Amino acid sequence: MSVFEGFRFRKVSSPIHDLDPRVKFFYVCILFVIALMFNQLLPLIVLFFVPLPFVFMAGVQRQWLRSLKGAIFLATIIFATNLVSRYIYSGYVWSAIMLEESIALTFRFIVLVAAFSVFFLTTSPDHLGLALEQSHVPYEFCFAFTTAVRFVPVLAEEAQTIMDAQKARGLELERGNFLKRVRNYIPEPSTAPSSWSTPLKKSWSKPRLLPDRHCRKEYSLFCSSIR
Amino acid sequence: MADKTLPIIETQELTYTYPGGTKPSLKDVSMTIERGEFVILTGPSGCGKTTLCRCFNGLIPHFYTGKFDGDATVAKLKVNQSSIHELAQHVGLVFQNPENQLFALSVEKDVAFGLENLGVPRDEIRKRVDWALQITGIEELRERPPHELSGGQQQRVAIACVLAMQPDVMVLDEPTSFLDPVGAQKIFDVINQLNKDLGITIILVEHRLDLASQYANHVIVMNEGKIILDGSPREVFTSEGARLIGIGIPKATRLYQLLGENGVHLNEIPVTSQEAANLLKEALQT
Amino acid sequence: MIEVKDVHFAYPTGVKALRGVSLTIHDGDFIAIMGQNGAGKTTLVKHLNGLLKPTEGEVIVDKVKTKETSVAKLARKVGFVFQNPDHQLFCETVEEEVAFALKNFGFKEKATKKRVSWALNLLDLEGYRQTSPFMLSGGERKRVALASVLAWDPKYVILDEPTIGQDYQQKEKLRQFIIQLNAQEKTVIIVTHDVEFVAECNPRVVLMTDGKIVADGEAQKILTNEKLVAQASIVPPQITQIFLGLADLGLPTDIIDVHEAREVLITRLEATS
Repeated sequence: MSVFEGFRFRKVSSPIHDLDPRVKFFYVCILFVIALMFNQLLPLIVLFFVPLPFVFMAGVQRQWLRSLKGAIFLATIIFATNLVSRYIYSGYVWSAIMLEESIALTFRFIVLVAAFSVFFLTTSPDHLGLALEQSHVPYEFCFAFTTAVRFVPVLAEEAQTIMDAQKARGLELERGNFLKRVRNYIPEPSTAPSSWSTPLKKSWSKPRLLPDRHCRKEYSLFCSSIR
Repeated sequence: MADKTLPIIETQELTYTYPGGTKPSLKDVSMTIERGEFVILTGPSGCGKTTLCRCFNGLIPHFYTGKFDGDATVAKLKVNQSSIHELAQHVGLVFQNPENQLFALSVEKDVAFGLENLGVPRDEIRKRVDWALQITGIEELRERPPHELSGGQQQRVAIACVLAMQPDVMVLDEPTSFLDPVGAQKIFDVINQLNKDLGITIILVEHRLDLASQYANHVIVMNEGKIILDGSPREVFTSEGARLIGIGIPKATRLYQLLGENGVHLNEIPVTSQEAANLLKEALQT
Repeated sequence: MIEVKDVHFAYPTGVKALRGVSLTIHDGDFIAIMGQNGAGKTTLVKHLNGLLKPTEGEVIVDKVKTKETSVAKLARKVGFVFQNPDHQLFCETVEEEVAFALKNFGFKEKATKKRVSWALNLLDLEGYRQTSPFMLSGGERKRVALASVLAWDPKYVILDEPTIGQDYQQKEKLRQFIIQLNAQEKTVIIVTHDVEFVAECNPRVVLMTDGKIVADGEAQKILTNEKLVAQASIVPPQITQIFLGLADLGLPTDIIDVHEAREVLITRLEATS
């Protein structure tokens, strides 16, 4: 899935890649808070352009654009749901404000994707883990966090493979009207728990191997606890 | 070379049922593995090979719980009384699917992981990692992310990870199933080197007997949770038991059997094409 | 008929997986696509049901260009069984797994039930109907994956590395099964590097190396050709290796089957005695 390409760390040297991960994380959190503070379109557009200089400094334009491209589909769903629910909530009365607010909310989502994408593209999970450790975050959480991040591309690949397998068994995800495709992405109630939990199930099996690779005693207990 | 006085692994009437299982996955399994042996463990799917392997490093009964009866001793430690941590210092387990075993950002870090957790000093870690990478022939891959490597390369990384911990026994559960014959042969060569040069006891779970049997000196065949054949490769492959449960004996051995049925007896039982060709030359030229 | 016309394919990472591949698959063919890992075998077959679309060239399935239709539509005719069954299985029970595709293709409930029972019986899985696929062994999961594809009776059946992780008995059953499918006029395409299995099936072999097809013909001719085999980095069947070692005794070198080998050797021994 192209959106996940926008979150995969690549080892390159640049002022942004070499920056302390805590600084980058702090910047992303600030951006996140500011994005939440505004409902109007204009400030959010400004926020969207804030990461741009960093994107160019880090040389990750292509991957960054890919993450935005991938986010468009979800953004469209967010926009549609927002607009429809506002319409219904206002008693089936149409107004321009509704349109603007829906666009703004959708844009907020895009702003967040853009900000986090830069973060993940330029921060090695190991560096982040080390930085968190130095900030006296308990080891278990650092380990769980960095391991989780390492699995993002793995989960993405699993999701892609499952989609391929479902397409090859007749699930139409490429053609047909938009609503039907959206519906096809949402699995049947009977298969819902399992179709998206397969990658998670497999990730659960990975901690099983950690005790075998000599986790320190307390961490092997921790690993068992997240089964 | 096998030291006959010190079995490294011994089981006596080992019976095990997985939690929630309706019948035992292992039934009265009794066997001995001597130090330095190269053992092939084979049998039809579901016969209990993987379950037995899990008993060697304590995953059974400590991780998988369930009902455990009988005895299993590994490197003089009783499996049900020792922790996974203790046992894992003697037994390394390499699984079938490499992508399930590797999770670090670079090959180096994956190989070092186990050593870090053992509290081995930094210098020693560096030495052992270098050594393990060199023996498995993957030094130039040390900084690559494991999930970007080919299946064969990943499997070598998995072996290096276990090798770095310098176990007495290495258990490999179908380590070449995702590899092509050329890739599989290379892995078997590496494993054979570990056995012959470093004296590591090898337990190899395999179906591909045509590729692997030339290295082994001990074959154990299981079926439905029980051991039904236990001996040297040539004895086992030509036995009636092997024919009855239908394990895939090497074609060279099969040819030997077919010729025997027609009254043509070769001087020895071949397991490789080279051996068969030599024996046939002798027979045809006399 | 499936036509592959001068197909080139490069992955988004830039890796050129197919460099000008042309192939015609006739109805009722039984083909083994062989070569070492990385030769492009799986990449090629993923073009046959549209999962991958060529960067250059075209693939035409029963007169329909794959670029002009969706995978789901092609799937009705082209069944694909993935190499790793875990990539394909995700339902709560074996029964649901097998019924999944039938529901997508619009089969009615009664027809679905009938086909599910048929597929489960065919592959000895009736006893696991209500079991979760994840509780089954590797070999059993492979059978569930196969059942879930055969259930909708596709015209073309593609099996990607079907013998991996299978024991000898299972491979025998699979071989019989493929012969049966082929006898029912299904076109069967297997991707494999298992030379012993191919030697026993004796299909048409398409040999690939480095994204190109280097040979296309009878198994017996291709697998016994030392030059081709070395070029494709595969290993000849053990029986062939034995006869290659006996070449200087004037024995034929194009033997792949153990029973044929026995005949040839007995004849020669009787002649010399």
